[in-house]
Amino acid sequence: MNIPGAIDCDIHPSIPGLDALLPYMPDTWREIIQIRGIDGLNSISYPARSPLTARPDWSPEKGKPAATLAQIQRECLDPFGSAIAICNCLYGVQLLFSEDMAAAFARAVNGWMAAELLDRDPRLRASIVVPIQNVELAVDEIERCAQDPRFVQVLLLASGDHPLGKRMYWPIYAAAARHKLPIGIHAGSNYHNPPTAVGWPSYYTEDYVAQAQAFQSQLTSLFCEGVFNRYPDLKVVLLESGWTWLPAHLWRLTKYWRGLRMEIPWADRSPADVVRSNVRLSLQPTDAPPDAASLQRIIEHLQSDELLLFSTDYPHWQFDGMAAIPAGLSPALVRKITVDNPRATYARLMELVR
Amino acid sequence: MNLQIRDTPATQTSSRLAIADCDIHPAVRKASDLDPWLPARWREHLASFGGGRRLGMQSGPAYPKGQPNASRRDAYPPEGGRQGSSLAFMQAQHLDPNNVALGILNPLKSGQGLANPELSAAVCHAVNEWQVATWTSQDSRLKASIVVPYENASMAAAEIRHWAGHQDFVQVLFLSRTAEPLGNRRYWPIYEAAAEARLPVAVHAFGYGGAPITSTGWPSYYIEEMTGHAQSCQAGLSSMIVEGIFEQFPQLRVIMVEAGFAWAPALGWRLDKAWRTLRAETPHLKQLPSAYMRRHVWWTTQPMEEPEPREHLLDTIGWMGWDRLLFATDYPHWDFDDPAYALPLRITDDQRRGFFLDNARAVYGVGA
Amino acid sequence: MSRHVLAPTSDIPPGSRKLFTVKGRPIAIFNLEGDFFGMLNRCPHQGGSLCEGVVTGLVLSSNPGEYTYARKGEIIRCPWHGWEFDIRTGQSYCDPERIRTKAYPVDTASGATVIEGPYVAETVPLQVEENYIIVDV
Repeated sequence: MNIPGAIDCDIHPSIPGLDALLPYMPDTWREIIQIRGIDGLNSISYPARSPLTARPDWSPEKGKPAATLAQIQRECLDPFGSAIAICNCLYGVQLLFSEDMAAAFARAVNGWMAAELLDRDPRLRASIVVPIQNVELAVDEIERCAQDPRFVQVLLLASGDHPLGKRMYWPIYAAAARHKLPIGIHAGSNYHNPPTAVGWPSYYTEDYVAQAQAFQSQLTSLFCEGVFNRYPDLKVVLLESGWTWLPAHLWRLTKYWRGLRMEIPWADRSPADVVRSNVRLSLQPTDAPPDAASLQRIIEHLQSDELLLFSTDYPHWQFDGMAAIPAGLSPALVRKITVDNPRATYARLMELVR
Repeated sequence: MNLQIRDTPATQTSSRLAIADCDIHPAVRKASDLDPWLPARWREHLASFGGGRRLGMQSGPAYPKGQPNASRRDAYPPEGGRQGSSLAFMQAQHLDPNNVALGILNPLKSGQGLANPELSAAVCHAVNEWQVATWTSQDSRLKASIVVPYENASMAAAEIRHWAGHQDFVQVLFLSRTAEPLGNRRYWPIYEAAAEARLPVAVHAFGYGGAPITSTGWPSYYIEEMTGHAQSCQAGLSSMIVEGIFEQFPQLRVIMVEAGFAWAPALGWRLDKAWRTLRAETPHLKQLPSAYMRRHVWWTTQPMEEPEPREHLLDTIGWMGWDRLLFATDYPHWDFDDPAYALPLRITDDQRRGFFLDNARAVYGVGA
Repeated sequence: MSRHVLAPTSDIPPGSRKLFTVKGRPIAIFNLEGDFFGMLNRCPHQGGSLCEGVVTGLVLSSNPGEYTYARKGEIIRCPWHGWEFDIRTGQSYCDPERIRTKAYPVDTASGATVIEGPYVAETVPLQVEENYIIVDV
């Protein structure tokens, strides 16, 4: 691929196993985890050996994909030539119900990433995993990790206990905005609610496809609750969300906003305007129409070249070979997607590492 | 105040074309209108225990609507009663001036989704009788939906079999927010009965299956609920496709009603992409998900999306297929689409005829 | 254009409205505390009969969770999709930022540019002479 300065906004290092986290935990939790026989927080959002979880050539014989720096460098950073890649760790901290246990795990995951990855390759950055089960503890973890400029985003999941626009979560957004950290909402669920809007599906395929609807619901919530009225500088990035659904969703939301404005009177800008100023979406997966001309049309429907952020979604299987960027995009658009838009979104990216 | 029926604007020739309205909501004037067909045991039950649903309010919706009865304020019949309860007024305000040649009735307060399964079945049956007695037997333009207690498949199948062959019933009706996704096998006996009766299955936005309207809990606002029907209908449709009901019932037709439609192409692309990667999970599927969508699924048009520029909608409909859309007004609800104004786009005569009438005639098998 | 005497002012008491048809055009007349305003009875969105909507105040907010109520009785909501229109000026409130960025002419007699487009309900100028409401159509 080799675009100088390209920024990969979504890669997924794996925690190799629970043992790897133990050194990053205080005694209490280390012992609790060991004596209670906890399995590890492996979410069904990415079944261990499903075809999507790791592309075949990124899928090791033994152990997890993307579980070592060497794998990440060899399979992702070097071949794609990214200047920077942002690590979004999907270890299932959000699955827990205990707030304190979640906080301990979040701290350990962030500690592991800093020591094992960020310290060892200057191209890497990371999102802060937070114990959203308790908003105060989540804010504490943001404050802690924000001191390290290599943490560039706060990571949340697309489906949780409540829609993310709700005011109970606003202290998280306040902290993020204070530290110029975008909120990265990543595909996946904590499964505290059924993972679709009509209950529990039978197939993983349904679950994965339903992620797009989760993002639609979250976008609706963020807009209707007025998150960006209160935090106008806050950026939200939808990660591994798909993006070809966005125009139709905005048409619908706009239509209802016009007639139901009185219910949310602070919403004084159209949903499309709000998305243009405050929301971004990562490139992979591109749920593309079968022909290039239609892809151009759907890109036109977006009505902005600033929305998409380059990503490989490594090691998830979204494309073959090096085809991370869909064919047929203009060089100018490719440059925006790979360099300009990520730089504009992640204010902390260019800060020098200590 | 003078109640004036709006004159058809002389310049809007499209509104003079005969149209199909594939989503009309008739209402009872009072609850006792169903009494002729509702056994005393259930009348008494309703009077004391009420019709419990999977939500907290004894009556009314979980999210307060934007307008009373979620209906147009100008649709109250002059003789009294709620909007949609008077055939005469519906004819005068809507069917006649808008030249509705085919009107599909989708009763919403119908017994569907009531928690007590026998009550649900009893009220559904009464509503089906009421549709014939009060509506379809009085105006031949109107056709009815078999409302069924879908959370109890055997009772629902029995209700379908009772009415199968009756010329006034043109579809089986579900509400979209079912207790489990629509493709789940618990609902298959209903699809079997519908297919046997050669009736399409319509899935109308709403209902209360008990799950939040999002995968991430309950939102705060009515506007979120309204917007959210697109997400819940996408999930229901995905389920139907991925669980394989179109392989199991190859003749089955499904109509998504009042769900919006512009989400369909991107959903098809996403299903296809996921299926290509994950197809080992679903060996029962023999075609691309979007192929099933193209063959088996139709959408009513209301609420019609309004992109700016409006021409973007032409791309969307092109991707779906001009034969897939069935015009609907949602009369008497507030987000009514007026046939004279709903499609302000340059399209061919064939497209216009299909959109406004012929697609519906084909799907419902109701002749010209 | 011709003058049409619609009704005596006493036919439309304060807080009420009435629909007239003048040369085939439906015109809604509103009385706001003794001042009369006319509006073409056709919502610019999809043609709904504005006169049959509910009259409300205007809820504004500069901050989520705060609600400021103003202009009681001066807003008509289309009975269909609920779009809000200022009875005095025809301005819609369904897309507030668009409205804020456009300048609306105060002096309709001066020939200043009228804002066209889908978000304005067409107002009908009235005169009141000797307790009669008069329009030029």
